[in-house]
Amino acid sequence: MKDDVTRDERVANLKGMGCSRKRVEDARFTQGKGNYVDDIKLDGMLFGDFVRSPYAHARIKNIDASAAMEVPGVLAVLTAADLEPLGLHWMPTLAGDKQMVLADGKVLFQGQEVAFVVAEDRYAAADGIEAVVVEYEELPVIVDPFEALKTDVVLREDTVQDGKPVDGAHGPRKHHNHIFTWEAGDKDPTEEVIANADVVAEETMYYHRTHPCPLETCGCVASMDKVNGKLTLWGTFQAPHAIRTVVSLISGIEEHNIRVISPDIGGGFGNKVGAYPGYVCSVVASIVTAKPVKWIEDRMDNLMTTAFARDYWMKGRISATKEGKITGLHCHVTADHGGFDACADPTKFPAGFMNICTGSYDIPTAFLEVDGVYTNKAPGGVSYRCSFRVTEAVYFIERMIEVLAIELNMDAAELRRINFIKKEQFPYTAALGWEYDSGDYHTAWDKALKTVDYEGLRAEQARRVEDFKAGKTRKLMGIGLSFFTEIVGAGPVKNCDILGLGMFDSCEIRIHPTGSAIARLGTISQGQGHATTFAQILASEIGLPADSITIEEGDTDTAPYGLGTYGSRSTPVAGAATAMAGRKIRAKAQMIAAYLLEVHDDDVEFDVDRFVVKGAPEKFKTMKDIAFAAYNQAIPGIEPGLEAVSYYDPPNMTYPFGAYVCVMDIDVDTGVPDIRRFYALDDCGTRINPMIIEGQVHGGLTEALAVALGQEIAYDDMGNVKTGTLMDFFLPTAWEVPNYETDYTVTPSPHHPIGAKGVGESPHVGGVPCFSNAVQDAFRAFGNRHTNMPHDHWRIWRTANALGLHD
Amino acid sequence: MSKKMHIKLNVNGKDEEFLAEPRELLIYTLRERLNITGPHIGCETSHCGACTVTINGKSVKSCTMFAAQADGAEITTIEGIGTPDALHPLQEAFKEHHGLQCGYCTPGMITRATKLLEENPNPTEEEIRFGMAGNICRCTGYQNIVKSIQAAAAEMNAAKEAAE
Repeated sequence: MKDDVTRDERVANLKGMGCSRKRVEDARFTQGKGNYVDDIKLDGMLFGDFVRSPYAHARIKNIDASAAMEVPGVLAVLTAADLEPLGLHWMPTLAGDKQMVLADGKVLFQGQEVAFVVAEDRYAAADGIEAVVVEYEELPVIVDPFEALKTDVVLREDTVQDGKPVDGAHGPRKHHNHIFTWEAGDKDPTEEVIANADVVAEETMYYHRTHPCPLETCGCVASMDKVNGKLTLWGTFQAPHAIRTVVSLISGIEEHNIRVISPDIGGGFGNKVGAYPGYVCSVVASIVTAKPVKWIEDRMDNLMTTAFARDYWMKGRISATKEGKITGLHCHVTADHGGFDACADPTKFPAGFMNICTGSYDIPTAFLEVDGVYTNKAPGGVSYRCSFRVTEAVYFIERMIEVLAIELNMDAAELRRINFIKKEQFPYTAALGWEYDSGDYHTAWDKALKTVDYEGLRAEQARRVEDFKAGKTRKLMGIGLSFFTEIVGAGPVKNCDILGLGMFDSCEIRIHPTGSAIARLGTISQGQGHATTFAQILASEIGLPADSITIEEGDTDTAPYGLGTYGSRSTPVAGAATAMAGRKIRAKAQMIAAYLLEVHDDDVEFDVDRFVVKGAPEKFKTMKDIAFAAYNQAIPGIEPGLEAVSYYDPPNMTYPFGAYVCVMDIDVDTGVPDIRRFYALDDCGTRINPMIIEGQVHGGLTEALAVALGQEIAYDDMGNVKTGTLMDFFLPTAWEVPNYETDYTVTPSPHHPIGAKGVGESPHVGGVPCFSNAVQDAFRAFGNRHTNMPHDHWRIWRTANALGLHD
Repeated sequence: MSKKMHIKLNVNGKDEEFLAEPRELLIYTLRERLNITGPHIGCETSHCGACTVTINGKSVKSCTMFAAQADGAEITTIEGIGTPDALHPLQEAFKEHHGLQCGYCTPGMITRATKLLEENPNPTEEEIRFGMAGNICRCTGYQNIVKSIQAAAAEMNAAKEAAE
């Protein structure tokens, strides 16, 4: 057989790993043909919406829905009393707590779901909501977690028995409003190291409450087919299979009678991991009315009720020798979880992976203690564009390093360099327990500093300070540094589960006779481009062009079981499953090829898109030939067909890292920062699609900019949400966002089949401290040590003012 | 319940005529009544631009306009911009330059960009960023959206020059 195509051309034709393949998703999205949950329309579909509490803490004395039932188009009003006989007035949370589906006698946060009005359309539902009369008796509101731990006010009656706190899901409570204490590391040795250290830096920082706020809010359509006994639930689910299991467990409907479908999702960022009252109420309403019921949040519902992020008060002590070698780290967190503990973390980790807070540094001794607390705020505590609590951990250590640098009167870049874990120390076991898989921090750091001319920047900054003092300028220059290590890809089933569901993931491949394929995964894209990149992994593994491979996710009737997409786990876990399933295909293909070529199995080898006879490359069978033979030729000892499935339980997490530098000029009189330069070097191991990686970095940095420079969910003392619309909740526009410079190094993960580590969340994790450090660094020369985020114009102005720069 | 109003619209070249309550929002008319689901709802306060359509030659956020206010108007949505066989240069450019991720903002973004390039066929980067500031994207960080619009502008100008 002759083949006039070169090997390089054959590689290029596959559009496999490493190339910037254009996205296959874009044709429908650019033409307005995406299929999001609110685009779904079914015959007779009804619309449900909530009566919500205007109070943050109140007893409900009465709910009168009689007038609402008279409103034209209203079919039903559900309250906790209606759900109670079904056992659905409360539901389990992912954190081992439980949450009211509809207010059961009291409300614990503003916007809490009180009643569910089901109507023929949205206008009728809104009219019905207006007509429901709820009588509230206001109770004292607690929005401060420190006050919550002192007050006699009991937020959750189920936390007290005979006047004493009862144990929670993670052990004893210290107080009736206390949820859990979680510890990692060695307490006494850490105290001893700190007590005997040359230098100790202490700081308390508040990582404010914010919200993932994807452009599409949460929603679902529930359709109970009473004839066949089948429930179909479409929704904005980042974990459709887990949702199916949860729905089955709490409703009693057998799992095979439930089909969950995640259609196109308009961004997730952690918002769409959890289970919300709207899902439960839609299902119940569909059962009650025997019609499909749609529920879609509006933006206020979204910001006020589903899935806040952060809200960590972090108190740190870091010790070092006088030369700057870090000897110990102590961190205590007071974690505000709101009215219910609905954090989306693996079961054994009530504070997520906060114990990655030793960061990228070789810190011999450390101790972490986290106290979870109830307040009259919305439940949630999701990982907003990060693995579980990793943004908090990285922010903490990257601020502590800066504070220590001030204490030591040392350059913060140099302080990092002398404390980095060295390349030869990997795999490295950190003081708080994690085993970092691979890294080369010094190379990345040196590349970053050289590219931005770090020394030149510092010299310029020093001149600027002199000019400022001489009255020649009113702008200060901040140089923000951050070096982060993430922990993503949860995770090994042995220590990571959600509600008992092991956090493996999966891929199933079917090769069609003519040499194209479909692969289905347990994950679900929310914009990450899985249909593009997973086909690239497969193309390289099985030698069929990516353009001939369809990727499907999100339908639990067809896709294999998996735990979904969040915490940058798709590439580390489902990507690994994809490669492993591909290798099973290849193993069978090898036997078929050997048969067709009339040689022994061991005498053929894989080469790009074919198997060739070893030493005789002119004798080969392409994967396309092999696919056809698999289905159409009787091969002794080999079953027909070419399919494979892999369930992948990762042996470890992956540890992407990166080095970021931000340069900004801050107008001292207006507090406005101008981001002059942002350089981001990411090491996500093997790179699957550089174009998509770059896009993820741009997006993650922009979400980091938002969080660092203005975005927050703020409450007043009465528990009123002050930032419930996009008028108050900061989402940057094109006008506020700079251009970013991206760069990379490649340190593959040694345990991942293709060496990939995941990248979607790195820029957010590393970006937030980088922006924040830039703001703080601008004022370092004037005595600034730490100010809390968000650094909006007003707060920056106040920082300048407090330092006497307006005098 | 108020009296229904008689409303006529021309949407993407097609005449539509219906009775609607005065409070019916235009985005609701498009999505629920006319099954035109390209424009999306993101904020209901005119901030995010996911619902952007063109009304009588101007970019408008259809989530905060009543259908009755658009009576007699010519409306273009993403569905009226390009066809599968002949995409608009902006649609091509967004695909080529990775100007989208989840796709939710994309219909509004492209619809707005068509007007921006009509208003200013040779925008600077700064003019693009300012002219697109009414449309929020949570995924891309805008860098590739800017690049896409620059590429489409160049393409459209080259095509115009070739035609002259």
